[in-house]
Amino acid sequence: MSYFTPDRRAQAEELLSLYPKARSALVPLCHLAQEQDGWLRPEAMEEIAGLVGVTPAEVRGTATFYDMLHTEPVGTYLIAICTNIACLLDGAQELLEHAEELLGVRAGGTTEDGRFSLEEAECLADCDHAPCVQVNHRFVRAQTPEAFDQLVDDLVAGRVQETIPPHGTLCRVRRDGGLRVDRQQIAAERAAARAAKASRAAAADEAKPSSGGSS
Amino acid sequence: MDASEASGVPRIVTAGFDDPESYTIERYLARGGYQGLRKALGMDPEAVVAEVDRASLLGRGGAGFPAGRKWSMLRPDPVTYLVVNGDESEPATFKDHALIERNPHQIIEGTLIASYAVQASQAFIYVRGEFALGLERMQTALNEAYAYGAVGRDIFGSGFSIDIVVHPGAGAYICGEETALLESLEGKRGFPRIKPPYFPAAIGLYGQPTVVNNVETMANLPWIVLHGGAAFASLGAGRSTGTRMFALSGHVRRPGVYEVEMVKTTFRDLIFSEQLGQGLREGRTVKAFVPGGVSAPWFGPEQLDLPLGQDEVGAAGSMLGSGSVVVMDSSTCAVRAAWRITKFFFRESCGQCTPCREGSGWLERILYRIEHGRGREEDLEQLLDICDNIAPGLTWPPQMTTICVLGPSIPSSIHSAISMFRDEFLLHVKEGACPMSGGSHG
Ligand SMILES: Cc1cc2nc3c(=O)[nH]c(=O)nc-3n(C[C@H](O)[C@H](O)[C@H](O)COP(=O)(O)O)c2cc1C
Ligand code: SF4
Ligand code: FES
Repeated sequence: MSYFTPDRRAQAEELLSLYPKARSALVPLCHLAQEQDGWLRPEAMEEIAGLVGVTPAEVRGTATFYDMLHTEPVGTYLIAICTNIACLLDGAQELLEHAEELLGVRAGGTTEDGRFSLEEAECLADCDHAPCVQVNHRFVRAQTPEAFDQLVDDLVAGRVQETIPPHGTLCRVRRDGGLRVDRQQIAAERAAARAAKASRAAAADEAKPSSGGSS
Repeated sequence: MDASEASGVPRIVTAGFDDPESYTIERYLARGGYQGLRKALGMDPEAVVAEVDRASLLGRGGAGFPAGRKWSMLRPDPVTYLVVNGDESEPATFKDHALIERNPHQIIEGTLIASYAVQASQAFIYVRGEFALGLERMQTALNEAYAYGAVGRDIFGSGFSIDIVVHPGAGAYICGEETALLESLEGKRGFPRIKPPYFPAAIGLYGQPTVVNNVETMANLPWIVLHGGAAFASLGAGRSTGTRMFALSGHVRRPGVYEVEMVKTTFRDLIFSEQLGQGLREGRTVKAFVPGGVSAPWFGPEQLDLPLGQDEVGAAGSMLGSGSVVVMDSSTCAVRAAWRITKFFFRESCGQCTPCREGSGWLERILYRIEHGRGREEDLEQLLDICDNIAPGLTWPPQMTTICVLGPSIPSSIHSAISMFRDEFLLHVKEGACPMSGGSHG
């Protein structure tokens, strides 16, 4: 039995086919597993290991390097508040404290009902909307305590499901059609281009008046 | 942006930004999209390289290396790769985020032009994992480009074929460093590789020669091919040609991404112009500013009139780096700012090199202690001492003691803060508290 659902299994095969080496699909496959379960279950890592040809320990070892890959369960909504320099200058620390109070967890924690995880983030590259807040990696621009309260209300009431899918779903757009050119065709085209370039260079050399032949 | 237009300076990479649907292929085609690619495919690849060389296009990812030169250095091999860096995570840098969400087709078109110029076997666009919308926009754009015939087999009937893959990151600042990016793309932890021998142009992705370029660098290519390298080089001055996106944040009225002509624009213009940053809040003055990402040493008000040019800023002891300018006004606590930047480096150090891994932690703890009123006068010397161990001599650009330049970038903010605001550090020690707290604290 595959860990992935049939549709995701097909997607996994397609991801593998995109890269010259299977291991390159490791991170995309981890994202795919998180889309299925919200986090990286041991069974997921085992299956990914088989797919890319490494040990499950190597998958875990790689995944733990990356902040977005979770080898423990996380809340349905992962709220990240940036406190880096531009946001710090605009009250990020205060907003983070407000969030901790409202949600009743410290940064790094998950609420008891499993609904929210809170994270203190590094710069999220949206510094002109400081302090910057993301929910499941979607920019929500809740820059004041009031806007933050409203955001949490909306999340609880399920009003923003359209724009903010549950944690794990990253890119909802699927590549259509895999790779379009086979590698042999590319190799043949490039070889022909190299030959053409060499003959252009030779022709250019010949066209040049010889100047003592010290080239 | 408007300022540029009024003065006849073209918007090369942010054209269409005012259109809320700028990211669709319809809108992109309507503003001349994929014409640069069509033209390039009719030229010899080496002629495209020559045009980019003539443009003197400096890489927009931070190091500012000329793109044409980089391409020429590629080790000849039947299999080469192009990797486009959209991992943007240098604190306060948010130009690539805007570009990816609002102009993905131009990045793709540039990637195709570069692929053709260097005859890459396959191209990858690495997008920072935290950009969910950016990933969706980029993947949608790529799907559209395939359907349009701009990517894939026999592009526009030219006989040139290539595939592009959009690859998601997963949250790690260090993966923006080019060799870490390649490790990450190979499905590994993002540990930077040691150079030499691992210069991507020689030993890159899967050991093959690889060009790594920033997304904004790519986005300039269609314009350069269409209008010629000379036209690009006529904008700006000296080695800093063309326009560039600057990400302006911190204590300004109108933070945002602005595309302006290089060198012809100064920091003062960027921060104070009515069309750009619109200055500071009532009654505030510039205390200091970060001129090019938090890896760069800070500047004070006396440097406001420096032009936005790579060599000009370099000669003044800092760098234009990733194109991000953070303004700190008179209410800012310099200790707190330096502490937060250092905390970032501590969290993001990949841990391979002792000076970076250990040094960043020691520095962070000492700065935290001073900020919270538990500092000692000797702490200042100790901070500088540790900085000197990471980057001997505290010169700019820094001496290397580590595998990548993340380590040697750590001292920048600390050294700047202590040199510019020593009294403020001492006041923290003397008062046993942060003298700025209680106010707006930033
Ligand atoms: C720690 C570190 C982080 C970096 N992050 C990025 C990044 O997020 N995006 C980027 O384009 N370049 C980044 N760079 C620079 C890249 O190593 C590389 O120089 C650049 O992608 C080359 O593209 P360019 O020549 O077009 O600028 C980083 C460098 C270092 C040392
Ligand atoms: S300098 Fe720091 S980030 Fe760079 S390789 Fe060494 S430990 Fe890693
Ligand atoms: S500093 Fe917070 S988003 Fe950039």
